[in-house]
Amino acid sequence: MGERENSMGRRLTRRGLLAGGAAAAAAAACAPVSAVPAARGAAAGPAPLPGGDAVEPFHGVHQAGIATPPQTFGVFAGFDLRPGTDRAALIRLMRLLTDDARRLTRGEPALADTDAELALLPARLTVTFGFGAGLFEAAGAEGLAPKPLRAFKGDALQPRWSGGDLLLQVCADDRVTLAHALRVLVKDARSFATVRWTQHGFRQSPQVRAPGTTQRNLMGQLDGTVNPTPGSPDFERAVWVRDGWLRGGSTLVLRRIRMDLEKWDAADRTAKEFSVGRRLDNGAPLTGQAETDEPDFAALGPSGLPVISEFAHIRRVRTADPGQRILRRAYNYEDGLSPEGRPDAGLLFASYQADVDRQFVPIQARMAEMDLLNQWITAIGSAVFAVPPGCAADGWIGETLLS
Amino acid sequence: MTSTTVHRVIPAAIAALLTASACAAPASTTAVSPVAAQVSASAPATAPASAPASVPATPAAAPLSVSDPWVKTAHSGMSAAFGTLVNTTGEAITVVGASTPVSPSVELHEVTGDAGATTMRRKQGGIVIPAGGRHVLEPGGDHIMLMDVRTPVEPGAEVPFTLTLKDGRTVSFTAVAKDFAGGNESYAPHG
Repeated sequence: MGERENSMGRRLTRRGLLAGGAAAAAAAACAPVSAVPAARGAAAGPAPLPGGDAVEPFHGVHQAGIATPPQTFGVFAGFDLRPGTDRAALIRLMRLLTDDARRLTRGEPALADTDAELALLPARLTVTFGFGAGLFEAAGAEGLAPKPLRAFKGDALQPRWSGGDLLLQVCADDRVTLAHALRVLVKDARSFATVRWTQHGFRQSPQVRAPGTTQRNLMGQLDGTVNPTPGSPDFERAVWVRDGWLRGGSTLVLRRIRMDLEKWDAADRTAKEFSVGRRLDNGAPLTGQAETDEPDFAALGPSGLPVISEFAHIRRVRTADPGQRILRRAYNYEDGLSPEGRPDAGLLFASYQADVDRQFVPIQARMAEMDLLNQWITAIGSAVFAVPPGCAADGWIGETLLS
Repeated sequence: MTSTTVHRVIPAAIAALLTASACAAPASTTAVSPVAAQVSASAPATAPASAPASVPATPAAAPLSVSDPWVKTAHSGMSAAFGTLVNTTGEAITVVGASTPVSPSVELHEVTGDAGATTMRRKQGGIVIPAGGRHVLEPGGDHIMLMDVRTPVEPGAEVPFTLTLKDGRTVSFTAVAKDFAGGNESYAPHG
């Protein structure tokens, strides 16, 4: 018994909802199995493909959208709380948003959903919430707020891509599903908060690149080779907070990193590979054969210089202890072309870690100090959020802080 | 005001309920999916712990449950509440009235007329929910009309409601307040 029945049951539920009448639901439930697809077709279109029907569980110890294999599309929306949004209002807000998320991620319309049909293909939808410093202030819990990042050399941060009191990270394998989910959530959020920024991103989809394999970014690099593996002890240690109100939660540093693709075009392949310390074709370190080979930082070339430069990206950002690494869950962005045909492109660098100061900051500091890759990339946005733990079926996100 | 009925029964649970009550054939077993079973098992966790004073039975035995109730936010004036009334009994139930502390005047309404020129008016004779059936209250259809909101209904607020049945019994539920652009049919009180 399995997926088919499971799927039928869900379709029945949705169709019943949409039909808005007991007769329709009852008729469908009692119909011979062979008649179900026809009824489904009449009420809600053709049967969904497995990708459209796929559900990522919303409830649990951790929020979904962190250990979840990254979906094809992601949007990060940062909000500023309106004046007067106090702790009681925050509770109302988070209960509303949690209810929206739990329904939509199941493939069910939200309460008062005006476009219910757009909710029926969840496509692995996840909704992940983050709390910025301003939310803690509004809740009267300043002492628990995440610290802002210090300034790093080379940053060119713009307020329009930085900060925010509340973060929604919404991800799905379907862009229409994502648009609907964001629309529903924003409609419930905007009485409490205004939108500060919206950042849309995309990745190679599971249909074109096997899940679990490393993605290419828009500079053509395999990006994210040294990432902790969900379910491993290193992942648990690196990503999840172990105590306090944030137990089971995490922290997110979101950096908008602009890529100068015109300048990157001007570099030859050897220079590109030298700057990173990896081959472009298979991501292998310059001292190895395969992507997962350990780099040999001591290896010297014929000239007596290190094969992997002292200033190569992978040497600068190396963290020896796997449990102290960061989880990169990045999305590419490409926001149109200039009249001259130059892309506004880069990476939405989403870094999850248990402790920003202990894990993210040392890596960022070494990179800011010196990294050959910095010739082509610039951080133009930055925000830090505490990512609350997940919640039970009758709970809501943020309850360990706000209730 | 005590909140009583199972007020957050999720749609899948209703589907399971409907299936069970609508047909006794073995096919119904097939249609109750593992998903539905799982979510209905979680429903009691969201139900109020104590039995209501106004309904002389346990919540499970309440004649009527209201699933997915919500009310349109409003600072004053009119508003409306929606949801799905589920008759858990073997006999038809008629809802003849509704009340809420946020509005001294509440009416049961229906919407009539052609698309583009709809009018709402009092629902004559109340709302009848057939045995084992359900009745959807939704924008553009039957709804519970708040005629005079005195206490602002803020987004996310939990607003208590009490329905009065024809036989005098009452059923309480709590509706969550949502910002909503629709449900603006013109009102013809004597229509």
